[in-house]
Amino acid sequence: MKKETQRKSASSAGLAKKRRGADGDGNNNGGPLNVAGELVCTTETTLTDAQMLELYRYLKLTRMVEERLVNLYRQTKIVGGVFRSLGQEATAVGTCYALEPQDFISPLIRDLGAVLVKGIRPREIFAQYMAKAWGPSEGRDLNIHFGDMSKGFIGPISHLGDMIPVMTGIALGARMQHKNLVAVAYIGDGGMSTGAFHEGLNFAAVQRLPVIIIAEHNWYAYSTPTSKQTAVKDLADKAAGYGIPGHIVDGNDVIACYEVTKKAAEFARGGGGAVLIEAKTYRRKGHAEHDDQRYLPSGELDEWERKDPIDRYERHLISQNVATREKLNEIMADVQREIDEDVEWAESSPMPEPEKAAYGVFDNSIAPPALRPKIFGGN
Amino acid sequence: MSTATKKEHKSNRPSRGGVATFVEAIRQGIWEEMERDPTVFVIGEDVGVYGGAFKVTDGLLDEFGEGRVIDTPISEGAIVGAACGAALMGMRPVAEFQFIDFISCGFDMLTNYAAKCRYRWGAGLATVFRGPCGAGVHSGPFHSINAEAFFLNTPGLKIVEPSTAYDAKGLIKAAIRDPDPVLFFEHKKLYRLPRLREELPEDDYVVEIGKARIAREGRDLSIITFGAQVLTALDAAAELEREGLDVEVIDLRTLAPLDKEAILTSVKKTSKALLLHEAARTGGIGGEIAAVIAEEAFEWLDAPVVRVAAIDTPVPYSPPLEEYHLPQLKDVLDAARKLAAY
Ligand SMILES: Cc1ncc(C[n+]2csc(CCOP(=O)(O)OP(=O)(O)O)c2C)c(N)n1
Ligand SMILES: [Mg+2]
Repeated sequence: MKKETQRKSASSAGLAKKRRGADGDGNNNGGPLNVAGELVCTTETTLTDAQMLELYRYLKLTRMVEERLVNLYRQTKIVGGVFRSLGQEATAVGTCYALEPQDFISPLIRDLGAVLVKGIRPREIFAQYMAKAWGPSEGRDLNIHFGDMSKGFIGPISHLGDMIPVMTGIALGARMQHKNLVAVAYIGDGGMSTGAFHEGLNFAAVQRLPVIIIAEHNWYAYSTPTSKQTAVKDLADKAAGYGIPGHIVDGNDVIACYEVTKKAAEFARGGGGAVLIEAKTYRRKGHAEHDDQRYLPSGELDEWERKDPIDRYERHLISQNVATREKLNEIMADVQREIDEDVEWAESSPMPEPEKAAYGVFDNSIAPPALRPKIFGGN
Repeated sequence: MSTATKKEHKSNRPSRGGVATFVEAIRQGIWEEMERDPTVFVIGEDVGVYGGAFKVTDGLLDEFGEGRVIDTPISEGAIVGAACGAALMGMRPVAEFQFIDFISCGFDMLTNYAAKCRYRWGAGLATVFRGPCGAGVHSGPFHSINAEAFFLNTPGLKIVEPSTAYDAKGLIKAAIRDPDPVLFFEHKKLYRLPRLREELPEDDYVVEIGKARIAREGRDLSIITFGAQVLTALDAAAELEREGLDVEVIDLRTLAPLDKEAILTSVKKTSKALLLHEAARTGGIGGEIAAVIAEEAFEWLDAPVVRVAAIDTPVPYSPPLEEYHLPQLKDVLDAARKLAAY
């Protein structure tokens, strides 16, 4: 019963129509429209105008940082993969923006937006991708695989699902220390099929821990469609199996993402326990830069291009008189300036000293670094 | 770019034999086994339409259909477990890990179920678990591991890692026909390496599991290695030849069960052994081989056994760090010279 009421509240915040496939099924307009009949965002919000503009800034920042990463990749300044969140930025940005500073997140590779909202600077991201010494992992790991406890950011590892138990532990540890915070774990339609996801969420649920799962339903896991990933109709249906509330939100409506997460966080913070939010969105780029997306049905991309979350939000801001086009351009120019500065900073970083590889496996004040051994033990 | 239409994709049946890369050789091997034996099937993440992250299973779906080329959820435990169950029913699954790093998610099923079935109740599991392993391509801590040492201490799992296109095809076929679980590791650096392109026989052939190969004959010292490091060893041998050193290179090909005879024969001939592997040094297969040599060829040795391996850290992403982490040609040369001069 609880689930139904929860879903209703999500609905007032811009609930997407239920659907089975990501291909066109005539519901492109499954959301609020402006007077011109174009898709905009939900108007039911507690966000102030200033906050709405800040949200816009994060959306643009996310997209433009990624575009810059692609450029750097093409210039071979990035030797690892580049993973885009094109078309789904609103999910990461909107959900994370609803959190308090003391809250923790563990994003996925496509949640750069959430990382930026948490206060990680683009320069850290650029230096990390470029494998530089000044990057947060000093060249040891890729992309957003790092963390910053002071900002409530726990970087993921590649192994999908593993962060769900870890975030359960964050919430557990916090509760033991009488800290009132929520732990938000992002997971894909694919990652939800892992054993770790199940174990972690089940544990959070029985402990009634304030863990929020953001299930990013972008319809693909690499090339695998959701229909091969799960037999449930909506990912939110999985919540029932854990005895926790599940919500569905239009992942391309940044305001709806904000509102639904805000409510879920209040619920979790107030002792309600774990919550699962399914954000329906779409991954418009391939899994990574090399992926030719040969598996996509034709037309699907075009449909989702029309539902672009940033275009949609721009229309919303303008039609709601929150901003003029000029104001939005100003914000964009400011973002561009920040990115240029940060790329320059990251490029000026040296590469790490080779020998640094040997340090930091253990606390080196106790155990020595793993330096290259001498042949014949000493000569 | 118009995104409305995607190019029609159809992958061709690989040629039977002919000039092939390492990846093509494995693809040929799986394809031919699926043609030969209707119980052989492929299971894994993105192995169907996409043809696998490295395209090892490209085209299989068109040829053999969804019944025998099964895209799974991201559930390695289920992939391994279901492969075992199907094998109990008489099927021959070839399961793919998208990267061998994700084998950890199937570890329980492999080490507890797959490895112990025959021993406990005589139920051999004709299963192959394969995937790309190895570092050196800046993929960081989670897409670079060499997993053999995790499994060496688990009796009941065979472990194979080829270094040539010929062996890759012959060994994948042997693995598919083998009555027991075989872990088949493919170093991702080798997949499309032009150097490994070679003419493969048109006729069906297998390479026996459990048999090493002499990749290069020599008299002065033995480099015992496998996988991509065979190339490093051969490069070192070529350079050392100019210095008057005659190096033998043993390509193990199978890591479990280890071909002790080949190792001992070589070491007894050269009296000096250099063990080379890409995984971290501590607890690596080099330690096991060193023990075999110490136990069974001690009197023949003219020098200590030397290991050249990665340092005991995760595989770092940044090129200078990764280079420091991994064994390099220079390390092999240094070690070989010291060994020769001992
Ligand atoms: C346990 C595990 N198995 C396989 C992979 C390889 N892999 C990386 S991303 C990916 C697809 C992920 O899809 P999804 O969870 O839907 O996230 P999305 O990429 O759509 O954001 C796969 C299979 C992995 N990272 N972890
Ligand atoms: Mg997905």
